[in-house]
Amino acid sequence: MIESSLVAPALTSGPLGQIDAAIAEKLLATALSSGGDYADLYFEHRSGADYVFEEGRVRTVGRGVVLGLGVRVLRGDATGYAYTEELSDARMQEAARTAGQIAASVATPGPVAIQTLSVPDFYPVLQSSLDVPGADKVALLRRADQAARAFDPRIVRVEASLSEEWREVMVVSSDGRLTRDRQPMVRLGVHAVAEDGGKRQGGRSGAASRRGMEQFQRAGQSPEDHGREAARLAVAMLHAHEAPAGPMEVVLGPGESGILLHEAVGHGLEADFNRKKTSNYTDQLGKRVASELCTVVDDGTLTSARGSINVDDEGFAGRRNVLIEDGILVGYMQDRISARHFGTVPSGNGRRESFRHEPLPRMTNTLLAAGQDAPEDIVRSVKRGVYAKRFSGGQVNISNGDFVFSLTESYLIEDGKLTAPLRDVNLIGNGPEVLRKVTMVGSDFQLSDGTWTCGKDGQSVPVGIGTPTVKIAEITVGGTRAG
Amino acid sequence: MDKRPQPDPQTCQRFAEEMLAYALRAGADGAEVVVRDGTELEVKVRLGEPELVKEAGSRALGLRVIKDHRAAVTYTSDFGAAALQDLARQTVELAGLAEPEPTGDLPGREEMARELPDLDLWDDAVLEIDVAEAIRRAKRGEAAALKFDPRVTNSEGAIFGRVVGASAFASSAGFVGSYRGTNVSFVVEPVCDDADGKKRNGYHWTSARFRSALLDEEEVGLEAARRTLAKLGSRKVTTCEVPVIFSPDAGRGILGQLAGVSSGGAVWRKSSYLAQREGTAVASPLVTVVDDPLIRRGPGSRPFDGEGLPTRVNIVVAEGVLRTFLCDVFSARKLGRKSTGSASRGVGGGPHVSTSNLILRPGTTDPRDLEKVDRGLYVTDLMGFGFNGVTGDYSQGANGFWIEGGERIFPVSEVTISANFDDLWKGIDGLGRDLDTRSSTQCPSFRVAKMTVAGT
Repeated sequence: MIESSLVAPALTSGPLGQIDAAIAEKLLATALSSGGDYADLYFEHRSGADYVFEEGRVRTVGRGVVLGLGVRVLRGDATGYAYTEELSDARMQEAARTAGQIAASVATPGPVAIQTLSVPDFYPVLQSSLDVPGADKVALLRRADQAARAFDPRIVRVEASLSEEWREVMVVSSDGRLTRDRQPMVRLGVHAVAEDGGKRQGGRSGAASRRGMEQFQRAGQSPEDHGREAARLAVAMLHAHEAPAGPMEVVLGPGESGILLHEAVGHGLEADFNRKKTSNYTDQLGKRVASELCTVVDDGTLTSARGSINVDDEGFAGRRNVLIEDGILVGYMQDRISARHFGTVPSGNGRRESFRHEPLPRMTNTLLAAGQDAPEDIVRSVKRGVYAKRFSGGQVNISNGDFVFSLTESYLIEDGKLTAPLRDVNLIGNGPEVLRKVTMVGSDFQLSDGTWTCGKDGQSVPVGIGTPTVKIAEITVGGTRAG
Repeated sequence: MDKRPQPDPQTCQRFAEEMLAYALRAGADGAEVVVRDGTELEVKVRLGEPELVKEAGSRALGLRVIKDHRAAVTYTSDFGAAALQDLARQTVELAGLAEPEPTGDLPGREEMARELPDLDLWDDAVLEIDVAEAIRRAKRGEAAALKFDPRVTNSEGAIFGRVVGASAFASSAGFVGSYRGTNVSFVVEPVCDDADGKKRNGYHWTSARFRSALLDEEEVGLEAARRTLAKLGSRKVTTCEVPVIFSPDAGRGILGQLAGVSSGGAVWRKSSYLAQREGTAVASPLVTVVDDPLIRRGPGSRPFDGEGLPTRVNIVVAEGVLRTFLCDVFSARKLGRKSTGSASRGVGGGPHVSTSNLILRPGTTDPRDLEKVDRGLYVTDLMGFGFNGVTGDYSQGANGFWIEGGERIFPVSEVTISANFDDLWKGIDGLGRDLDTRSSTQCPSFRVAKMTVAGT
């Protein structure tokens, strides 16, 4: 589901380098000429490349560039939005005028004094992977392919892909703030299929981060690591058993299970839903919404993590925001509109998919803090339950808090030990109810290195998730074996 | 004042032909170019006030070149002649990184479409909808929902949208063509407060290529309110195995997943449980599934496919028997057969198999009669992913109604339904006559004789 695009020169020498404060000031004046009370400009230049390797050879190579401007005008809580991918005077002015339509009166906005703000650097990159010869990337894919095939004779098919992106953005607002950022991303993914006596199963492994080629030299991140992991998963799940159906004790493994936080509380704590009172966490600030073992943080500052942002898409620096502290709801994730409503400051969570989209409150890296329990004690404490290790995704209904997530690797726990592997299955629960049933939290916090992409209102953004081992006293397991 | 011109197929086609010439001049053995131009208007009203007005146009060009049986794909939004010539050269160079794969060569000249059907996909009246009208209609629809019942206490808003697009495709295998289309849609999503402090949301929507085919916005608002109110008091049910009835809205997802595993791409990649099942029973004899790109005014209709081949009606499943996989040229060659004209082509990637108007043919049963079971679950909507195409394992979150003695007794939420896909499709024992034609994946209500429902 990763949309990839790609390559760019240094920060001020690309197409965005030609956009200066004077151009921005003129556009902002046009945007506000119909009486809007705030406007911002979002310039984006995104380059990307993709490599797909299957049947032992590079099948296709792709490359692309996207360039554009999005103009937003606010009038109260209402947003006017327009965009153009032609950065000519005429088209940019047209976009500014169109976005300004949201306001109905005539105004003569005063001049804006624009100041360039410095931003933090949470993902220092010496060299964009896009500047490295394509043959080096092909070599990585070949290594992943070979490792997967060599893992087990039952592996009958391997597909490996690599995508890379370099995105430069510039945000200029009518309150005089100008910020620039460059946002790298590399992703490697492997899909292996195993076959054994008429049975067939697939396995996936992959990772993404805001790094250059150094990503693949990190521990556990070599192409071989991902090739072997995809193959291991396909083979391990070949003879998986029917999953049970009904409420059970569930132990969530470290890392990927962080999808629990993303779905069970993350979306519900995005400020727009709470401003509109459509979230099941509306008016719950200061109240207990989870077991006291739970501290949930959204952290956009983790070094080179997929969900990190130096500056959000409204020009506010990425931050670490505590959402739930020892079970008490302490904060929402704010964009500009919602922060004004709540009388607080934007929390660095105003994000958008591209210049074609208006910003919304979004997650960055959403995490459950480590607890005290030894992970092996957590598994040992379960008489009969499910151990969840790997996931393909999840979804939540913001209004009532119901959420699902889909397991691709899980095991039955019997008498404190992992036994049979289980077929793909969903877990379903209700956010606040499930978080109150968290009875053990491990000391083994892990950030998932997976390629997680979050969708909201038709917009996709890269995010991170992480958690230690967690025990949930009861959640519904959606298998086929009733009773 | 200088305004961006509306999308025009002839203009798109000229750019496509221009780019094709540049690619061949740059040394490509073969090339394909897709050009898309579109405009969108989206208006969202919430609690009677405009919340978002978005209006813009966007265009892009995608190029695929073949050089010495090696393929590269690129895209750009810069249509300047110099930029296009540069891109042509870079793309040919990029192909040198790929490895020879003759299967990926362009289709044969004899396969290309010669005459393009007029599918009546364009409505001038859609272009006439301006911001003021869109706001007025959205307000009217939302107000109908809010006024319907005092228990409707909030709203996720009402969205009125229109898109207008033109698309052209040119291939050195001997094709150039273009077409244009319009679409207009409206959705209302009210919110109610439930007794246990939870909120309940529901929605109703309408969508059509022609403005005159759109449902009245008040009607949409009222139905949205009814659907939302019906969810008040939702609860779980005890884990059990019962008949499950899918509404057309919920069934659409299941049908889409069947299309995924019937695609030639999934089959040759050994990623479909249906591989090697052609000619055998894969569903109940009640089930006939067709992919029909030639429906006039159809939401997913297309006059030619993503490789310039003629489009045609394909029967995927006939009375339960799997007749054919849907193929593009590449997957067809991998499977040793001919393309079914089912390729689609985005700007950012190469051709791939996709459905057009995918239809589970309706039966003759009154949909209410499908609910005549002792105990069962009627599903209104599904949540999450939970389908493994390699094994056919299926499990999703579900909302709907619990049925006893043929009557809906209470609303249900926070349960999952699961089955192996093979059992699910073979277990269909009732098919409604209520085909829902709003989207490009269309099905009637249908009943599966037995699935596992997991709850308390």
